[in-house]
Amino acid sequence: MTELATYNFAYLDEQTKRMIRRAILKAIAIPGYQVPFASREMPMPYGWGTGGVQVTAAVIGPDDTLKVIDQGADDTTNAVSIRAFFQKTANVAVTTRTAAATIIQTRHRIPEAALQTGQTLVYQVPIPEPLRFLEPRETETRKMHALEEYGLMHVKLYEDIARHGHIATTYAYPVKVEGRYVMDPSPTPKFDNPKMHNSPALQLFGAGREKRIYAIPPYTEVVSLDFEDHPFEIQTFSQPCALCGAKGSYLDEVILDDKGGSMFVCSDTDFCEDRQAKGHRGHLSANPAEAAE
Amino acid sequence: MYVAVKGGEAAIRNAHTLLADRRRGDRSVPAIRLDQIVEQLALAVDRVMAEGSLYDTELAALAVKQARGDMIEAIFLVRAYRTTLPRFGYTRPVDTGRMAIERRISATFKDLPGGQLLGPTFDYTHRLLDPALAEETPVETPARRVEAPEQTPRVTDILGQDGMIEADGELPEGSETGDLTREPLSFPLERDLRLQALSRGDEGFLLGLAYSTQRGYARSHPFAGEIRIGEVEVELEVAELDFPLTLGRIRVTECQMVNQFKGSSRQPPQFTRGYGLVFGQSERKSMSMALCDRALRARELGEDITAPAQDEEFVISHSDNVQSTGFVEHLKLPHYVDFQAELDLVRRMRAEHERRDGETSDTQEAAE
Repeated sequence: MTELATYNFAYLDEQTKRMIRRAILKAIAIPGYQVPFASREMPMPYGWGTGGVQVTAAVIGPDDTLKVIDQGADDTTNAVSIRAFFQKTANVAVTTRTAAATIIQTRHRIPEAALQTGQTLVYQVPIPEPLRFLEPRETETRKMHALEEYGLMHVKLYEDIARHGHIATTYAYPVKVEGRYVMDPSPTPKFDNPKMHNSPALQLFGAGREKRIYAIPPYTEVVSLDFEDHPFEIQTFSQPCALCGAKGSYLDEVILDDKGGSMFVCSDTDFCEDRQAKGHRGHLSANPAEAAE
Repeated sequence: MYVAVKGGEAAIRNAHTLLADRRRGDRSVPAIRLDQIVEQLALAVDRVMAEGSLYDTELAALAVKQARGDMIEAIFLVRAYRTTLPRFGYTRPVDTGRMAIERRISATFKDLPGGQLLGPTFDYTHRLLDPALAEETPVETPARRVEAPEQTPRVTDILGQDGMIEADGELPEGSETGDLTREPLSFPLERDLRLQALSRGDEGFLLGLAYSTQRGYARSHPFAGEIRIGEVEVELEVAELDFPLTLGRIRVTECQMVNQFKGSSRQPPQFTRGYGLVFGQSERKSMSMALCDRALRARELGEDITAPAQDEEFVISHSDNVQSTGFVEHLKLPHYVDFQAELDLVRRMRAEHERRDGETSDTQEAAE
């Protein structure tokens, strides 16, 4: 630890952590409301998870077990890098198992396995403002939230239907939290939206570059915006996972050749590996005898 | 059988080892020393200090070396270090009127108290590559002033004496100067925070915006009232002492732009000002900052906001190159989960489109 002597536990100094914790407490008290906080420059670039890292650094303790995923996987390079950062600066236990983690930092996915009471899910958020692409000005969007003026968002969704026959938002699909604030769930596929509703876990969202923190406390109502005649639907896949045979998990398409060949595998690597360990097989997985060798 | 890609950790480690190798380059060439960078690439060091918001030549030189000469990467390194430093307090405002001047020019007066002093400038050099510099050649000793003038008042103070130009302005009673590194920005900003943001803003971005004001996008009829470069004392007030403590000296570049203003029914016609102040020697940056500052005062001065350079939220939200580079470059990170969601939707819409096409041609055939 000598090389780290100049940095505090989990990198941030205690005053900064206190400032972030206050923002988190405020965010929990007003579900879905974006709380401005004095985001710090972190030793990784803005846009690469600095908000999530600051939130995790503010809530993590020596007894925590951390899991970091990017695109649902523990072994993507940025997840590896962030996990290594906390191993180095906080010396905490890490895991890839969703059930074993007390804090899960994520980019773009919510784990398939249902989260439990006591777990905290920390989202990395690039653009926290759900209205940003309709109105680029922060001064305007804050007013719209204050007045609960969300008509523009419904017009946008309606125009999608008029133009494409569908709501053409497939990820970062806006939700309404506890009947009040429209919130950006971060760029998770809309497939994951229902998992946010009434989750027993605490969900924290950190946007470092945009200097905002927001939260969904456990057992909070989270409703995806829709219309009576165009109800919200999640993605479905026509085939199961090629490795574990799971139906109803979110799949990544893996290109196999340059002739249009591809296979679909679970994006949540822990979920997929856990199923395989329990003997589930997909049509492209090795047979159990081979795997055992 | 498909095997999920493992070994991200090893890949990252190997990439960083390769980076260190490339940074060092050919081992038969001597490694560059920090004092060489401080002394001979001084303007690069100045830019890193200015946009990194940390006045320390050695750390800036280390950052330049570590970043292989990539300025924004070096600025990022300095910022990430700066943010971890404890705050002992805030210094008194530096008094640029008492600057130990190395260069001072005014484009508005032929001569003025304290005189015009060209100093170490690229101006009037002919931009011809100098092959002699490729070798180590002896350099002449420069001439020095015999004695410094007693006073070199700022041009704005000279013009200000008869009310021709607006005064420095004061913060409202009881208000404290903001600190954008300690509080999140909330638009609209006061000028103190705006100037802080501009001072650490990207030189290229501000240069482009400043240029746009000269080409008619919020034209402000600027004159370079004064540019001065030199060292100023940094002073801190300590509770137990009844005099300010001098911490040291820093080199800064200050630019005072003098701009036109028509006046109003309440105010007689008066020149307005744009202000630029940056660490180190950078006229380009301080002049750009002054032009942008003036353009951003449109709201305060009751001018129509018609151009990008006048739009505070647009300019300040996008002027920080550490933020900009992070978010632009984050597109390198995997996005395949979201892309999969888009693929799925486009496939579905294409299938629907084909079905519709099929139906139309069926109807047409039937009609024929």
